[in-house]
Amino acid sequence: MPVTGPETMTDTLRTPLYELHTALGAKMTPFAGYDMPLQYDGIMAEHNHTRAAAGLFDVSHMGQAHYIGDEAALEKLITADLSALAPGEQKYTLLLNEQGGIRDDLMVSRPFGDDGLFLVVNAATKADDFAHIAKNTAGKGELRVIEDRALIALQGPQAADVFSALVPDAARLVFMQCGVFTLDGTEIWVSRSGYTGEDGFEISIPADRAEAIARLILADARVKPIGLGARDSLRLEAGLCLYGHDMNEDTTPVEAVLMWAVAKPRRDRLDFPGAKRVMQMFADKPARKRVGFTMAGAPAREGAEIVKDGQSIGIVTSGGFGPSVGGPVGMAYIDLDHASPGTEIEILLRGKARPAQVTKMPFVEQRYYRGE
Amino acid sequence: MSVKYTKDHEWVKVDGDTATVGITAYAAEQLGDVVFVELPEVGKSFDQGDEMAVVESVKAASEVYAPVSGEVVAVNDGLEGEPQKVNESPDADGWFVKLKLSDTSQLDGLMDETAYQAHIS
Repeated sequence: MPVTGPETMTDTLRTPLYELHTALGAKMTPFAGYDMPLQYDGIMAEHNHTRAAAGLFDVSHMGQAHYIGDEAALEKLITADLSALAPGEQKYTLLLNEQGGIRDDLMVSRPFGDDGLFLVVNAATKADDFAHIAKNTAGKGELRVIEDRALIALQGPQAADVFSALVPDAARLVFMQCGVFTLDGTEIWVSRSGYTGEDGFEISIPADRAEAIARLILADARVKPIGLGARDSLRLEAGLCLYGHDMNEDTTPVEAVLMWAVAKPRRDRLDFPGAKRVMQMFADKPARKRVGFTMAGAPAREGAEIVKDGQSIGIVTSGGFGPSVGGPVGMAYIDLDHASPGTEIEILLRGKARPAQVTKMPFVEQRYYRGE
Repeated sequence: MSVKYTKDHEWVKVDGDTATVGITAYAAEQLGDVVFVELPEVGKSFDQGDEMAVVESVKAASEVYAPVSGEVVAVNDGLEGEPQKVNESPDADGWFVKLKLSDTSQLDGLMDETAYQAHIS
């Protein structure tokens, strides 16, 4: 079998936690231009640890920015209702193109009281996103791209216990709330959210304090460092989209089954990019949509074709083994006629049609903390 | 019984005209957690270098090539329920197939242990 050895990195960027990853024995991999940890102990062990206890992820490759000024100018580009976003709240939203295709998915939050918005966007799209936002809000708002902060995520059923031992005030946050806190004398920006389906926090830290704070969190025996490999299997089981795979510029929120991220007032006002086309598609039903699937045996991977009665009916956009599910799981775009949960389909793997079933997502129960 | 290796990280243990084939500890380590192994049917013949099996880890699928030509006389059914044997015991319980060799001279072209260790270091 062919084996790819450790690759030599040239021109890849490093996060402020690069030295820590190396010290912890991570196997590194290039991702979105960064040299990132793929795994430490092994993907399966890290996945299971996150579901059972708590995992710490370095997501500093993602783009962080502070937006100050006319929020209507920013709102025109996305699908959120910013007037309904109160201080201390966070929303998942979509940056759309003029055809209603998804340029990116992002988090917008108001952790700084009345002092603007905090944006977190995907690593691979951050340069384009920020250029697009800056250009379209020029003269009305100011986008300050943040280059001097790391971003980490602490995820898992014990994340709250671990984090509240360090930052007692953070325990008051519920899912999709945020705020500014102090940890070890350092100002940190915290939201109660993540990308694993578990309870947890995303924490923005000054770059020069990132390693010390990461080590402080890792000093709790319940916490293990988790790489991108398990990050992918965790988010897939939770039914969360990976940008550039499960949706892209050619996918609308209707096809991606992300209309819940298009705020009702924005639908009514038809004032988000591509609104007319998107709402028409929403009314008419799309030709295809994103679904989950399960199967036995070998996992179908991204790009595998889906067939039924010899006809091509779709394509796999994410696929792999789900350690908590105990079998292969994936996401696919499937013709609407075959997209209902329970529909039997076939996926072509190495030329052979393998049985699979359209399955409701998430594949594992989401365990967000929504308050007592 | 001699053990030979390919540059693609398969091992071959030869006993008379039968060879047991698996993947090396180095390969298993590089793959990570194995979650499924697709084995050929008994009775199928392969030429040296043909794709013979597929090993699926959490992160990717990798082909296993026939290190020598021959006919499959047995497959490791135990891997169906316990694919993790490939990680736990790559050079014993995690074997893939037994081949009846059709050309034993092909073994001469494979590496011995010393040469393989040099290949991966």
